[in-house]
Amino acid sequence: MLALLQQTSDFQIISRETVQLIMPEVILTVFGCAALVLDVMLPRALKKVVAWVSLSGVGLSLVSLGILYPNLVNNQSARVGFFEMILVDDYAVVFKLMFLIGAAISIILSIKYLDEEGEQHGEYYSLILFSVVGMMFMASAVDLLSLFISLELMAISVYILVGYLKRDRKSNEAAMKYFLLGAFSSGVLLYGMSMVYGLTGSTNLAKIAAAIPNVLKIDVVKTMTERSVMDMRYLLLLSMVFMAAGMFFKIAAVPFHMWAPDAYEGAPTSITAFMSVGVKAASFAMFGRLFLYGLPDLRATIAGNAADSVPSLPGWAVLLGVISAITIVWGNLGALTQNNLKRLLAYSSISHAGYTLLGLIAGNQTGYIGVVLYLFIYTIMNLGIFGCIIALKRRGISGDNINDLNGLIKKAPWLTVMMTIFLLSLGGIPPTAGFIGKFYLFGGLIETGNPWLARLAILAVVMTVVSLYYYLRFVKHMYIEEETETTPLAPSRVLNWTLSVAAVVIVLIGVYPKWFIDISQRAARSQALKTYSYKAEEAEQPLELPGSMGAPSR
Amino acid sequence: MEKAVFIIFAIVAVGSALNLIAQRNPLYSALSLIGTLASLSALYVTLHAQFIAAMQIIVYAGAIMVLFVFVIMLLNTPEDHPEIEKQQWLRYLAIPFAAVLIGEALYVFREIRNITLPAQGEAEHAIGTTWSIGTNLFTQYLLPFEATSVLILMAIIGAIVLARREES
Repeated sequence: MLALLQQTSDFQIISRETVQLIMPEVILTVFGCAALVLDVMLPRALKKVVAWVSLSGVGLSLVSLGILYPNLVNNQSARVGFFEMILVDDYAVVFKLMFLIGAAISIILSIKYLDEEGEQHGEYYSLILFSVVGMMFMASAVDLLSLFISLELMAISVYILVGYLKRDRKSNEAAMKYFLLGAFSSGVLLYGMSMVYGLTGSTNLAKIAAAIPNVLKIDVVKTMTERSVMDMRYLLLLSMVFMAAGMFFKIAAVPFHMWAPDAYEGAPTSITAFMSVGVKAASFAMFGRLFLYGLPDLRATIAGNAADSVPSLPGWAVLLGVISAITIVWGNLGALTQNNLKRLLAYSSISHAGYTLLGLIAGNQTGYIGVVLYLFIYTIMNLGIFGCIIALKRRGISGDNINDLNGLIKKAPWLTVMMTIFLLSLGGIPPTAGFIGKFYLFGGLIETGNPWLARLAILAVVMTVVSLYYYLRFVKHMYIEEETETTPLAPSRVLNWTLSVAAVVIVLIGVYPKWFIDISQRAARSQALKTYSYKAEEAEQPLELPGSMGAPSR
Repeated sequence: MEKAVFIIFAIVAVGSALNLIAQRNPLYSALSLIGTLASLSALYVTLHAQFIAAMQIIVYAGAIMVLFVFVIMLLNTPEDHPEIEKQQWLRYLAIPFAAVLIGEALYVFREIRNITLPAQGEAEHAIGTTWSIGTNLFTQYLLPFEATSVLILMAIIGAIVLARREES
């Protein structure tokens, strides 16, 4: 046995450094298991300890990410590990940072929320930790297999969390809908992936990217009697559309958004907060990997062959453009008439997914910076607003009807101010962070100089103005309406502090965004310029093709 | 030939999957599920994944389905489905089926002497053998493999969380 081990150790399946690459995930997994065990050991009164243990797990994971970052991964060298299953580069690290911050805030929100619901259990926190493990792998996975498994790891944990309030029928319904539609969309995604594998012969994104030019070649065989055209482009496009549809579902883009309002309303509020930021950001990370690393050649119009009358086909930029336009319009219009805060924020989060897509469509530095920066800001501000809603929750009052906000300024002035900051940021009003994010997203579109993209940007700006209506409705209820009930709030000091920090950060980014722009730029640069791959070492060609998105009609 | 096999088993797989949903008696649904799993395993064989095919039969069609059927039997009392009694004529099909089975077995026993096995070295490295699956699973696919184990742990916890009786 020992001899066998020594033999295999020469073979170096995994080196120490490779293990270090996934150290943040390993730490979270260990703490997730620890949370499960602790939950059984602790008496009922002490269950809250599990939450703090989980929180410290997230903290430790952050520390290990911090150690990893300057030592192993830096701007010059991205690290590939586990037989090219994962790639830890700036892109992955920045997204992991985002998920960990989101997870930490979500856990803090959950402590207060579960106290109010009387459902303080350890599995809840371990499910959150495991879903974060899934998200972190999603950001660094560069193989269809590891991407899909990490996606499922995240999704299954979140399905369970959505249905966590077993006695609440809305929660059951939400979980059922989310699960069924989620499973279906995973199937669609997987179908697209299998076709890509069939066409390119590899599951590795870099190898797929390298093989795609061959697939796009059109073979025209002419004999005396007939002419046969070998055109695999349609099949490739079909698989691309399938994969995009799966991802659209995960980010809740129209027309794959139907589950979002119900799932967001029915889920425990702390989970609504968590899934509106974590799941969305992770899906965007995966979206970026799949489409920018795996299918860069399908971005622009795919050239046909005029001589043999083979038509040109539109690439994914057009698809994303149409989807994001519909998403922005539909999300904002849907939010206008909602009176339930969670439903309203669900529609608002749909529209935010649309805004974020704009950065991928622009396909230049500014756009990519916009995607990362906006997701970062969105994580903080959306968790902030949900935190405020959770702070309103107390015995007998769910806090998620818009009338529960009436006259809040008299009851809790500081909470009202924080809520106002988050709302203004969601609306994209200048002194807050939301403005900076939108500035980059829309700016990226304008920068391309393409008239269609400029029109898209104008549409987005107009819809931002529409969104102000429903965000300011909150403000009206908080400041102007008379109090309708007088039950005092049940404040939680930890929650208040967390929200205060988040609010300050939102203003800080708005005033002095340099640090955040810097890290987003690093992520964007690794995404756009380092086509880490077998082909790219010598010829560092940028993935972006400026102004290359053809007009949809062409 | 391979295409024909694929089409036959694909039709059987999809057909039994549809039957699974359409049946009202859970026992029939379980039996149709076995049909789906068995024909899937046949498809695996056509893909040269013999090991997976065997696993499919042993683990799914064998162990898990037995559990399913047990649970269904324990939950349902026999008088719940009297329609079983109606189909008396089915028993007469048993005789031709048994004859076919015996004939098949005799044929296999007679022919098995004529088969020459491939050389040892070749067999080891062929696709779909335990050797190549094990090697791939613990080198190339180590990370997805481990991630899947966490995924399954998650699913188990989820089932317990959602199905557990409230203690209050």
